[in-house]
Amino acid sequence: MSGDPLILALPSKGRLMERAGELFEASGLPVRKTGHERGYRGEIDGYGGVEIAFLSATEIAYQLGLGRIHLGITGEDLIRESGRDGVSRTEIVRPLGFGKADVVVAVPECWLDVSRMGDLEDVAATFFREHGRRLRVATKYMNLTRRFFSDKGVTGYRLVESLGATEGTVAAGTAEIIVDITSTGTTLKANHLKVLSDGLILESQAVLAKSTAVDWPSHISEALTGILSRLDTNGA
Amino acid sequence: MVAEPTASYAALQAQANAITELFNMRGYELVAPAYLQPADLFLDRMGEAIRGRTYVFTDLDGEELCLRPDVTLPACRVYLERYPKADVEARLCYNGPAFRYQPGGGDETRPREFRQAGIEYIGGTDRPGAEAEVTALAVEAVRDAGLETFSIRIGDLGLFAALVQALDIPDRWRLRLHHFFWRPPVFRNLLRQLSTVPAGEMNDAEAALLGTLDLDDRSESEARVAAHLEKDGIPLEGTRSLSEITERLLDRAADAKQQPLSDAAVKLFESYLAVSAPARAALERIERETKEAGLGMGEALSAAHARLDRLSEAGIDLDAATFSAEFGRDLEYYTGHVFQIEIPGRGRAGHIAGGGRYDDLLQGLGAPQPTPAVGSAIHTERLLAAVRGDAA
Repeated sequence: MSGDPLILALPSKGRLMERAGELFEASGLPVRKTGHERGYRGEIDGYGGVEIAFLSATEIAYQLGLGRIHLGITGEDLIRESGRDGVSRTEIVRPLGFGKADVVVAVPECWLDVSRMGDLEDVAATFFREHGRRLRVATKYMNLTRRFFSDKGVTGYRLVESLGATEGTVAAGTAEIIVDITSTGTTLKANHLKVLSDGLILESQAVLAKSTAVDWPSHISEALTGILSRLDTNGA
Repeated sequence: MVAEPTASYAALQAQANAITELFNMRGYELVAPAYLQPADLFLDRMGEAIRGRTYVFTDLDGEELCLRPDVTLPACRVYLERYPKADVEARLCYNGPAFRYQPGGGDETRPREFRQAGIEYIGGTDRPGAEAEVTALAVEAVRDAGLETFSIRIGDLGLFAALVQALDIPDRWRLRLHHFFWRPPVFRNLLRQLSTVPAGEMNDAEAALLGTLDLDDRSESEARVAAHLEKDGIPLEGTRSLSEITERLLDRAADAKQQPLSDAAVKLFESYLAVSAPARAALERIERETKEAGLGMGEALSAAHARLDRLSEAGIDLDAATFSAEFGRDLEYYTGHVFQIEIPGRGRAGHIAGGGRYDDLLQGLGAPQPTPAVGSAIHTERLLAAVRGDAA
């Protein structure tokens, strides 16, 4: 093995970390931390030329876009969100079938007059007249939201960045609408929110993605091929 | 990232000095609005289209700020700080940077830091007089700077308002047409909806709920909506009130019974928005078409003619000025006269200066009553580039 290693980033916490670890284990690619137990570096046992970096899922999407890592496992939602031009600097190699969740537009259940995206522009018009400001949409998906709303012809809103507990912003009075990720809809329901009938922005899942913003010399491409063939034999 | 946004600082500065000197001489007081502005004001006024192009950030106190993407709104804040009652006529001018995101970091004709030199005439009660004064002064400034070949495009957002007012349609449609006017792609969708199925798509549950409402009894309808929520165990949550929700349900219920917008009205809108001709001829065409449709345009048309008279008296060559009914639709705060000084065929780089009337902005920023205002801004980098091109 010669030259720099392929850098593969794996999620450093939560369900995504567990599922990614299981997948590699089952594919005969056991991942092991190197150095300190609490460290963020690793390697694949008995498999040279690959360096593992443990990062947060958000960081993985970001680093792929910048070309600082070759490969990563993260949510499709985060990849499509990162970067202005969406997926163009990151290529999805394999959907992995876990971490499934939808990015959706949700409004208060009590908005009996609203069930579609098309209703929002009408509501925006009267809302501005009544309240002197625009409808606020709380989300961490600033780019996905802007693109989706623009495709649906909704413009009379403004985004409020929310980095956690987005579904609580409506009750707290800091937003009227949310764009958030949901897997079962339970949290939305508990917060008395409903998804608009055409408000599905993305059906997301965990994916293995490669950066196109970094060089892929032949020995690194070969390392990728090797990893993929092991994943494929084991049903990923 | 460039260390110096312009390679022509000295030339720009000399040009700006000459422009502000002219503005001063005409009675416009030089002010220096803050570069850092509360982000809220811009985002609420101009929406997400402007956020995409504005540097927005949060400071250590958690305050959401932006680098001003435009100087009109900051200048209005200066006016309101001085005259909180907005009861004083004031002529202000400024010269300084504004900041806009440009994909890929921008270039010489699309810099992310650019300098605007502008005027704001606030509180002027002679409306056509104020419009002509501001337009003519902007023209004089670019001409003094050495720009010889340019054309003027004008528009009038008040005429659209008058057209909507003149049609025999419900008020709630007028409001929507106004709101959607600023959003050209969805405006067409709205026209299509109003002229086919005014209430729009509706599922069975929605239709059933609307059926229970009493169009003539607002408070009774509100009670029924409240009962419906109660029955389904849905709390009233968020900032929209029960009465706002009921109001829109009633609007939809009324729309379901409303005669669709006539094909003639749709054609009239389309024909109006397509008007683009020398100024006098354009107004005559609008006058003819609305008259044929049996619509009285009220004072809007005579005001537009009066404005042309004043522009002509102020030395503007109307034969060289194009009136375009569509023009100004992408700048949400303008309310009446709009104009642009441009070099045709150069795209955005050819848009040297622009401006117009914005009667709603000051009240939106806190003035106690509607306050008439007209302003203009010159994009000084583009002006300098154009002048140098002329000289070459």
